[in-house]
Amino acid sequence: MERLVFLLIAVPLLGGILQAVMPGARARHGVIWFTCGLTILLAHAVLVMTLGEAPIRLNAGLALFERQGLLPAEIALIALIGFYGIRYRNPLAVVLAGLQALLLIGQQQAGHPEPLEQPLLLDGLAVMMVMIIGVVGGGIGIHAIGYMQEHREHHPEGPDRRASFFFVVFLFLSAMFGLVLADSLPLLLLFWEITTLCSFLLIGFERTPEAMKNAFKALNLNLIGGFGIGLAILHQSINHGTPTLSSIASGAAPAALLAAALIAIAGLAKSAQFPFSSWLLGAMVAPTPVSALLHSSTMVKAGVYVIIRCAPVFHLTPAGFILSLIGAITFLLTSTIAATQSNAKRVLAYSTIANLGLIVTCAGIGSHQAVWAAMLLIIFHAVAKALLFLSVGTVEHKLGSRDIEDMNGLIVCNPRLALAMLIGAAGMFLAPFGMLISKWAAIEALIQANPILPIIIAFGSAPTLFFWTKWMGKLLACRPQACPAIRVCSLSEQAALGLLAALTIGICAIFPMVSSHLIEPYLALHFSGEILISRGNLITMFIMLALIGLLPFSLVYRSRAERMVTPYLCGANLGDTGHFTGSADSVQPVYLKNYYLHSLLDEATLFRLGLIASGTLMLVMFAAVGW
Amino acid sequence: MSMFKRSPWMVHYDGASCNGCDIEVLACLTPRYDVERFGVINTGNPKHADVLLITGYINEQSQPVVRQIYQQMPDPKVVIAIGICATSGGIFSECYNTKGGVDSTIPVDVYVPGCAARPESIIDGVVKGLAVLETKRAAWRIERKKRNRVFRLPFFKPKASPP
Amino acid sequence: MSGWLSAILYILLAPVAGGLIAGIDRKLTARMQRRIGPPIFQPFYDLFKLIDKENVIVNLYQNLYLTGFLVFNIVAGTLFFAGGDLLLVIFALALSGIFLVLGAASATSPYSHIGAERELIQMMACEPMLLIAAMGLYLLPHSFQVRDILAVDKPLFLYLPGILFGLLYILTIKLRKSPFDLSTSHHAHQEIVKGITTEFSGPALAVVELAHWYETILILGMIYLFFAWNPWVAVPATIGLYLAEILVDNTNARLTWRWTVTSSWLIAAVAGAGNLIVLFYFLKAGF
Repeated sequence: MERLVFLLIAVPLLGGILQAVMPGARARHGVIWFTCGLTILLAHAVLVMTLGEAPIRLNAGLALFERQGLLPAEIALIALIGFYGIRYRNPLAVVLAGLQALLLIGQQQAGHPEPLEQPLLLDGLAVMMVMIIGVVGGGIGIHAIGYMQEHREHHPEGPDRRASFFFVVFLFLSAMFGLVLADSLPLLLLFWEITTLCSFLLIGFERTPEAMKNAFKALNLNLIGGFGIGLAILHQSINHGTPTLSSIASGAAPAALLAAALIAIAGLAKSAQFPFSSWLLGAMVAPTPVSALLHSSTMVKAGVYVIIRCAPVFHLTPAGFILSLIGAITFLLTSTIAATQSNAKRVLAYSTIANLGLIVTCAGIGSHQAVWAAMLLIIFHAVAKALLFLSVGTVEHKLGSRDIEDMNGLIVCNPRLALAMLIGAAGMFLAPFGMLISKWAAIEALIQANPILPIIIAFGSAPTLFFWTKWMGKLLACRPQACPAIRVCSLSEQAALGLLAALTIGICAIFPMVSSHLIEPYLALHFSGEILISRGNLITMFIMLALIGLLPFSLVYRSRAERMVTPYLCGANLGDTGHFTGSADSVQPVYLKNYYLHSLLDEATLFRLGLIASGTLMLVMFAAVGW
Repeated sequence: MSMFKRSPWMVHYDGASCNGCDIEVLACLTPRYDVERFGVINTGNPKHADVLLITGYINEQSQPVVRQIYQQMPDPKVVIAIGICATSGGIFSECYNTKGGVDSTIPVDVYVPGCAARPESIIDGVVKGLAVLETKRAAWRIERKKRNRVFRLPFFKPKASPP
Repeated sequence: MSGWLSAILYILLAPVAGGLIAGIDRKLTARMQRRIGPPIFQPFYDLFKLIDKENVIVNLYQNLYLTGFLVFNIVAGTLFFAGGDLLLVIFALALSGIFLVLGAASATSPYSHIGAERELIQMMACEPMLLIAAMGLYLLPHSFQVRDILAVDKPLFLYLPGILFGLLYILTIKLRKSPFDLSTSHHAHQEIVKGITTEFSGPALAVVELAHWYETILILGMIYLFFAWNPWVAVPATIGLYLAEILVDNTNARLTWRWTVTSSWLIAAVAGAGNLIVLFYFLKAGF
């Protein structure tokens, strides 16, 4: 077990180094394929080995590292951030690096307690995160091979930095594994800051002024969030000795609550909740596999992951309720904003923030069922959103646009790609699919705690319905204009999309097992209660899933009563679907555009509203901790 | 038993006229004449309609429109020409742009003369049209039987229909 | 067992009852306009005629989605009458609505496209209030199961007046009645031809009609829940409220989508949410 976990952390890192030193492109791609495949296998191995077992504390070589290497690593990290801040003239980053250094000194002064012999904790939640990072991360890595190839063809200028790109991606995967396995807070903070740095490097991959600006925004906001964990370590070491996540989660209310609230601030920043949301939108300048990996399925999940770890402390506290409220407001406002966007990546970004908000809401309540819903949300969202991001990235290369309006009729031009996107979208909001199961559980869990939260969730889900359906409608429209010439997808992209699409559907089918083998055992340790989804409801869901699956087969038989004609254009069609006679016998093309409700909703206003509301609530949360 | 007699839905198109007959067509829908008594609905959409009411004559511009509307109507369907212009071109028959009555463009089943045609005669024309609709229904059922069943795979590229 | 029985009865009888209600609706509407109006069985005549007609299509896929629309409408209703989970009913209903929208969006006609967008906006306007209503009904029996809500021996409408009002407001949208018949309307012309149903003809349109009838019965069932403690009150109350909907239909002009969304969200937020919060804390305080 020790070795397996060590391999899990080491393999991506080694693969990253190995591919960087490989001479030819072919050898490099081979290494990447191999590393991603191995990572997926290792994650599965961890799952199989731990099924049915009690939580295990592990060393995996990291105790030694924590004792000897932690301080140098942190100093190196701070120096690197300071270096980038100076090089790109970003004073705020330098100041934050300085503060980080001060905090480090403070921690040393407070007397660094004796590091744990076994700083890692492998329980149900950690295994779940390992599976997500391994499988989704591996899939995204594979997709990135083909994607970056084509990306290079679209941007031939400048040096080829693909090797360093993949190195950072693999470094990130290693750090992510470390993050979700670490129980010791100083170790967790290190991995946390590494992921922040990786995110910074990958957002700034293009090195354009816009990319650098957004990269620094992400870096600075996450550094500010990181202080939360730093302060929590300080607070724990002054009071108790061992700064670990598990001791906070099982700690007594006032002291543990303060530490949990501090960690929650870091979580909010990482998960791009209001008031930290703006960095995630800027992060969309990064290549799409990065958006899929860091900014939707794994890194931002680290934020909600730590909040879920602290959830037992938040149960039935005013601070926990206010944390939920921040999540709920984020959910409502960002899903409303998403309805006004036509840029596919921005829609996905806003929807990601919204869903993370829902998870935060559940975690803040901290009851058995709420956390159950939150954990399921993490799984479903990671898979479906990664699929969506990757297919948007591929479409962007094929069509030269990431605008949803330009995806009109994709089902005709590129059915497989459109199908992948449709499965992703369905997984995000449709009834028998994943996200809705958890949303349903979330509403049930929330109404038991408080009526205000589920009301906000109810208002927030309505725009979700709106923007996903209109997107699906665009994809499914049988386009009036001819298709543009579309290049074939590369093998790696097809493989990744196929894997994730299969997962999106597969997890819906096996989620009761995921729940009973992975989630329930974890919950049983920390919460009391039981899950309320009855057998009858499950059967209904499966019937619905089967009905949807059967639906396409009704296409096989065509009724004899059918006759194909042109759409109704007041009889002014020019004999085809796409044109009609305008005034003075002019030929007018048919152009259909979706509604974006701009006369009702304004992105900037809603965003500002979110900042003010959540900023205030955050202050209130700390007041409530004291109270 | 056929339901066509009990539920004739109509679409009304004005080729080119003085609008006298159009007013009379609309008058049929008013409480005074209330054709909904007979299940008539003015759908305004050829794809829902069984009866095409055309007022006015056909000219260069309206000819393709009338053709398309007729083509977009599902079988069985009946065309009723309302008013003397629709019947023969009326006082416009000598005009430079006239194509003639509706039958210059599409097959007409019932002619309702008059300038303007009175609502009573329009209703009478529709009732006559319903008898035609019955015979056409029989023909449509035979035609439908003749068509081949088509089995095809999902997500096969759709073909555009010939105009 | 009685749940299954009523579910089967729903599948078999809802089209009959729904069609009759539609017929009575048309007759009453005609009488309100001082017309004689069509026979009560007119909707059935229309349906059988449509089934008999040619199916004119724009592309090969559009009717696929209509099958989904009908099937999930029936699933939602069956689940409701079998005493199932109210939230799942609402989600299944939303799913069926989405299928209709996708069918219309697939047809690439401007009229059906605008109809589809408006339908979506209407769904967006309804969704919060529907969920809040489900939560309100949850509070007394502490269960989302319809059979548990039916078993509550209290007049729910007295506990949930705000929610009932809000629900009736958005049910006007669900029933496609003025002032909210934005996406399509049953009678007379409108500015977007037939809106969402423009491109569906013959048997396909018959499927849409049939699904509407199923939906009507489901909606009436939802209203019934609020009075369920005494059937002698519930049946007249449901009928009376439906008649009120017809009256509203005939006395109101169509609103814009902006009004539809803002007004229904406002009512959901004030009447619905207010009622829910007050009731929650009253129950918590032990009233």
